[in-house]
Amino acid sequence: MCLAVPMRLIRREGDAGTLDLDGVQREVSLALLPDAQVGEYLLVHAGYAIGTLDEEEAKITLQLLKEVAGHSEARHDF
Amino acid sequence: MTSEEAFDRGAFGDPGAVAGLASEIRKGAERLGRPVTFMEVCGTHTNAIAAAGLRRLLPGSIRLIAGPGCPVCVTPVGYVDRAEALARRDGTTVCTFGDMLRVPSSTGSLERVRAGGGDVRIVYSPRDAVELARQNPSRQVVFLGVGFETTVPTVAAALDEAEATAVSNFMVLSGHKVMPPPLRALASDPGVKVDGLLCPGHVSVITGWRAFTFLPEEYGLAAVVAGFTPTDVMRGVRDLVRQVAEGKPEVVNLYSRVVTAEGNARAKSLVERYFTPEDQIWRGFGAIPGSGLGLRQTFAHRDASLIEVDVCVPVEPEGCRCGEILKGTINPPECPLFGRECTHESPVGACMVSSEGTCAAWYRHERLSLGGTP
Repeated sequence: MCLAVPMRLIRREGDAGTLDLDGVQREVSLALLPDAQVGEYLLVHAGYAIGTLDEEEAKITLQLLKEVAGHSEARHDF
Repeated sequence: MTSEEAFDRGAFGDPGAVAGLASEIRKGAERLGRPVTFMEVCGTHTNAIAAAGLRRLLPGSIRLIAGPGCPVCVTPVGYVDRAEALARRDGTTVCTFGDMLRVPSSTGSLERVRAGGGDVRIVYSPRDAVELARQNPSRQVVFLGVGFETTVPTVAAALDEAEATAVSNFMVLSGHKVMPPPLRALASDPGVKVDGLLCPGHVSVITGWRAFTFLPEEYGLAAVVAGFTPTDVMRGVRDLVRQVAEGKPEVVNLYSRVVTAEGNARAKSLVERYFTPEDQIWRGFGAIPGSGLGLRQTFAHRDASLIEVDVCVPVEPEGCRCGEILKGTINPPECPLFGRECTHESPVGACMVSSEGTCAAWYRHERLSLGGTP
């Protein structure tokens, strides 16, 4: 039930946000995230944006994953 | 790297990275030299682990068990009985997330009440229930507030909208729950042997990771806040093994792309405005002090628990061991009903009904590896 999906904010009018995920658009309330900026990726849960995705942190995590994958001997098992 | 790449969900599930993490976990487990048990307390984690088959990548000395992470599953029968009674009431519409519909009550389910003519609607968001109330001013619209810290702010925001726009016929039956009290109950239960916790990622988006520092500080338990891709979960397990091996438990935030130390301040203040801590009953645990969030007295006109309805003494389904599964003392195959009387098509207990439930996750994804039939 705590499932949340990242979507990009493409338009906002007051607390009404239009978010996009792979071309699918959805009207979402920004009442819980009043400072959301157009262009940001937001985490959406039950019709509300509840959090912002931090791009820098995401990139750091992905870099760490690449390093782990690079060291993996079992890579070809998949 | 572009920002699109930074949020490519596939990249966080990279099989090469999963394999690399699995190999590091195996090495860590060998160094540790003793069996350890880690508990996840989020239904989305339970499902992610089962769907990606992560248990099979872990050495036998690392046991992953599910705790009380599915809000529908921990909701007691008495709550469903009351929701049913409201749905049978003249002039009342009950709105709910879909997962609640088939949960067994003492005598049936909301689905059966609906089949019998009761007005039960599935909504995607509490906002939809406010809109329904606005469009049907002659009906009392009751939203079933079931969920943890992630969901409660959305209900608080819906209440805020109803207050601001004077939608007087919108009410909430609050069965909301918060995670720290049951985690404390588990940590101090001598029957539950856990070395570390995989803390819920999206609860933490709201609460902030600091909400879980009591686990290492008061109970000496390892803790990580993790996301939901296979690599997120595997990194979580790797760090839990490291913490146990080093004997230095702490809260490590591995979901830093969305989780901060303090969480969502706006969401927390809205929850605070509308709700106040109260004792709540959790299936498997009984009443836990301060583990629920009830509506404040100022908003009694929104509180559907104050509507008088006839409810019976709650009866749990016979033979169902959901309670033990929710405490992590048994896994689903240890329940004699699992996969026999209790299936996804014909569920006996809540843990099989909810898509987030531990039994549902095992039934969908782990049955074949147990030697069951598809």
